[in-house]
Amino acid sequence: MERLEAHDFNEVLQHSPFHARADNLCKLKNWTSWNGYQTARFYDTLASEYFAIRSSCSVMDMTPMEKYRISGPDAERFLARLVTRDISKLRVNRVTYVLWCNDDGKVLDDGTIFYLKDGEYRLCSQHHQLDWLLISSLGMDVTIVEETREVAALTVQGPTSCSVLTEAGVVGLDQLKPFRIMHTNLNGFDLMISRTGYTGDLGYELWTDPDNALELWDSIFDVKARGLYDVRPIGLDALEMVRIEAGFIMPADDFNTAETTVRADHDRSPFELGMGWVVSFDKGHFTGRRALLKEQGRPIRRRLVKLMIEGNKPPKDSFLYDRQDGRRIGTIKTNIWSPILKANLAMADIDYQNGSPPSEIWAEIYYQKELEWRATWAKCSISEKPFWSHPRRSATPPLPY
Amino acid sequence: MIQTFDCCTFCYMREYDAVVIGAGHNGLTNAAFLAKAGLDVLVLEKNEYIGGATASLELHEDWKYSNCSYVCSLFRPEIYQALNLGRHGLVVVPLQGSTTFKQNGDYYGNYHQLTVRRREVARHSKRDADASIRFDADLMKWCRLIRSFLLRTPPDPTSFKPRDVMEFAYLLKSFHKLSESQIYEFIRFFTMSIAEYLEEYFESDVILAHFSGGSIIGTGLGVYSPGTAYVLLHHAMGDVDGNVGSWGFARGGMGSVSKAIASSFEAFGGEIRTEAEVTQIRVEGRSTRGVVLASGEEINASIVVSNLDAKRTFLNIMDRKDLSDDLYKRAQNFKIRGSSGKVNIALDGMPRFPALPDGSPLTLGHMHFTDTLERLERAYDDWKDDRWSRDPYVDTVIPTQYDPSMSPAGKHMMSVFVQYCPVEVEGGWTDDKRDGFGRAVIDQIADYSPNFKDLILHAEVRTPRELESEVGLTEGNIFQGELTLDQLMFNRPFPGYAQYRGPVKNMYMCGSSTHPGGGVMGAPGANAAREILRDLGKPNTAPEDFGDD
Repeated sequence: MERLEAHDFNEVLQHSPFHARADNLCKLKNWTSWNGYQTARFYDTLASEYFAIRSSCSVMDMTPMEKYRISGPDAERFLARLVTRDISKLRVNRVTYVLWCNDDGKVLDDGTIFYLKDGEYRLCSQHHQLDWLLISSLGMDVTIVEETREVAALTVQGPTSCSVLTEAGVVGLDQLKPFRIMHTNLNGFDLMISRTGYTGDLGYELWTDPDNALELWDSIFDVKARGLYDVRPIGLDALEMVRIEAGFIMPADDFNTAETTVRADHDRSPFELGMGWVVSFDKGHFTGRRALLKEQGRPIRRRLVKLMIEGNKPPKDSFLYDRQDGRRIGTIKTNIWSPILKANLAMADIDYQNGSPPSEIWAEIYYQKELEWRATWAKCSISEKPFWSHPRRSATPPLPY
Repeated sequence: MIQTFDCCTFCYMREYDAVVIGAGHNGLTNAAFLAKAGLDVLVLEKNEYIGGATASLELHEDWKYSNCSYVCSLFRPEIYQALNLGRHGLVVVPLQGSTTFKQNGDYYGNYHQLTVRRREVARHSKRDADASIRFDADLMKWCRLIRSFLLRTPPDPTSFKPRDVMEFAYLLKSFHKLSESQIYEFIRFFTMSIAEYLEEYFESDVILAHFSGGSIIGTGLGVYSPGTAYVLLHHAMGDVDGNVGSWGFARGGMGSVSKAIASSFEAFGGEIRTEAEVTQIRVEGRSTRGVVLASGEEINASIVVSNLDAKRTFLNIMDRKDLSDDLYKRAQNFKIRGSSGKVNIALDGMPRFPALPDGSPLTLGHMHFTDTLERLERAYDDWKDDRWSRDPYVDTVIPTQYDPSMSPAGKHMMSVFVQYCPVEVEGGWTDDKRDGFGRAVIDQIADYSPNFKDLILHAEVRTPRELESEVGLTEGNIFQGELTLDQLMFNRPFPGYAQYRGPVKNMYMCGSSTHPGGGVMGAPGANAAREILRDLGKPNTAPEDFGDD
């Protein structure tokens, strides 16, 4: 699958190994770029895809997710110094969520570490990180290889995801616990499955050689063809809805990543993202530790918060105020209407005063009715917990929903 | 505003409010804003055509060249808008991409499509593909900072005048917006060589060579010379419609830029005289009175603005007695080393570049043929030895792929900017040597394009000698003076003279020898107009920066 020698300047967006199937099912051809790959924003309707995630079974091509193979005697030491979280308790065949900072303690990206085997890890990230990983590995006996294209990945999420994959031929999936990895064989090819996802729901991520990609796709969709369960491909827009419901942050959308930030102070620390829980000062030294220690000793200035906005008017790009017509205290970064909660949810960047959130938050919302613009005010409240979660996300075995 | 008087029946003596010496883009821009303010302005041009370094002449029938400058990015959109240049015929079409051919038959394609470009960088180095994200963000930091100063008069840091103090505070405030580490980085950036700067990001030889080209264009410096990192910024800080760092073709050639400004100027009532070389700025008392032409004709004007470079202005057309010893010495020492040549070629068809696959969009952009830093430095070594580079760095564009107005259909025009070419070759320039230089350039391109030589119908070859004698740039320096820190901002052209005012009353400078320097920006012309109108107590017509917070 190494295609770097090809001068494919006409292929502005690359095709993933699942493209033939995705193209066939993508009715609106509403493509966008995800890390340079041609990716569907939605296949059919946003609503049907959203409810596939929350009510039945969804399949999404996540090959464009950046993947790095990190191996060698110093692999663990390297990762421990790279990320803010204590990963010393991570065991083989387990996964953990991490983020990493620059020396100023500003977040470069977030992702997941897969402990594949002794001395070998996979790091998945939202954005291109090879340059930073190599800079960070100076002086260490570690090999870092970008393998985004060399691994085909699907994410299968939803209440019936375990049932669908079991029907597709995966044996023993119901015993896989959250953040665990299993290796299996499906129709003669090797498949790695992790119980991970970006939806806050029951779900799995499937990893295999690109040569097996279409067969993997077909074996899952065959369950639908056999009339057993509904299975739907989903695009990025539905994923955006469920990740906000689940309270996951999206680097570059919810905040500027440090490496791409041009204007001083437009980057964010883990604390400012509400991610202090993945910062461990007890472990050894890690990049950004000194700056974060200093920051921890001061009242927090601002935070990315999960915000619920009253009413049903979409608070897209809204400014936030401490009262109606009051002082401006922040902005909405991303927002969705949550069909399952019947509520406006958002990620918002808000100024804190003396380390505390404002006592009141109001969004000024501009919305349109038949091309006529109107303005209104909506009261907002901060949610410290994910807006939505379900026990099936962590139940083992998951019940057959 | 026209002040005329009859001194006798046979003599009609007209006094202009202002005379601008030189119809380059900055002279015309300056004149246009003065005319817009209601002044009676005359622009005097030594050549029979206007434009200076922004001229497009038809030297071969049915072909138009961009004889000197050839692409457009730095020209301030604020000026474009304020002078209505779109309505006066200017169209700037963005160029797409660039490429560096390698000696081994491969190439690096800096495609205009970002996803394709990223894959192409990764083809040479996966790491460089990711490092370019860091590089782009860092360069943008410095671009943002510097861009906000382009349409501002540099403050005099030694002055306590309220305006200087305020402007200096603005400068400090801009720095204050940087984080502490950014300030360190910025200072390093201004003093580093481009090679060392790029090596902090990239590892691939061809990527290093590709991105360093913009740092040597127009300078008497090599890729390993301190100060060249800034020159990269000077070439990257422009934009086409907000796309910072991108370049465009002026439809009809760069002459369209000066023509549009001239047309705008004339619409404001301005007057242009060609074949009117100024030989003397007349000073009476401590104030200008007008100019004297080569013909002996005297023209009266209360204000005299020079679009000429600092050396020509002070050493050629001002009287020695009107200058202080200090100023005279500074003008003598002004660093304005010619280092560039230009070859413009009429082609009977489109040259083929077999290294590129069929249908490649890369011929639409800049094409370079120097694939390592070492070759770039060796090219510089030749220049130091008073030779043209035997393996020259060339910036080649074929605008007729977009522009139907510069050659007959199916035929093409190629513009080749060449680095390096010395002001004096051993034994002095002759026409034969000039043609030898032209051949070295053509050979460089022909190495990558087998049918190129057969297509050549006509070529205009310009060494610094021609750039000086024809365009009027001292030593043929395209920037009207080196773009090094000692000659930038409040040091341009000299400390104490950075606010566009000359040594005598009512005398001003508006060329690229003044802040913010060379490149077809128009900013020096506009900034000078603002200062002149300020001295006259007239409302300002020169635009303010659009602002980018």
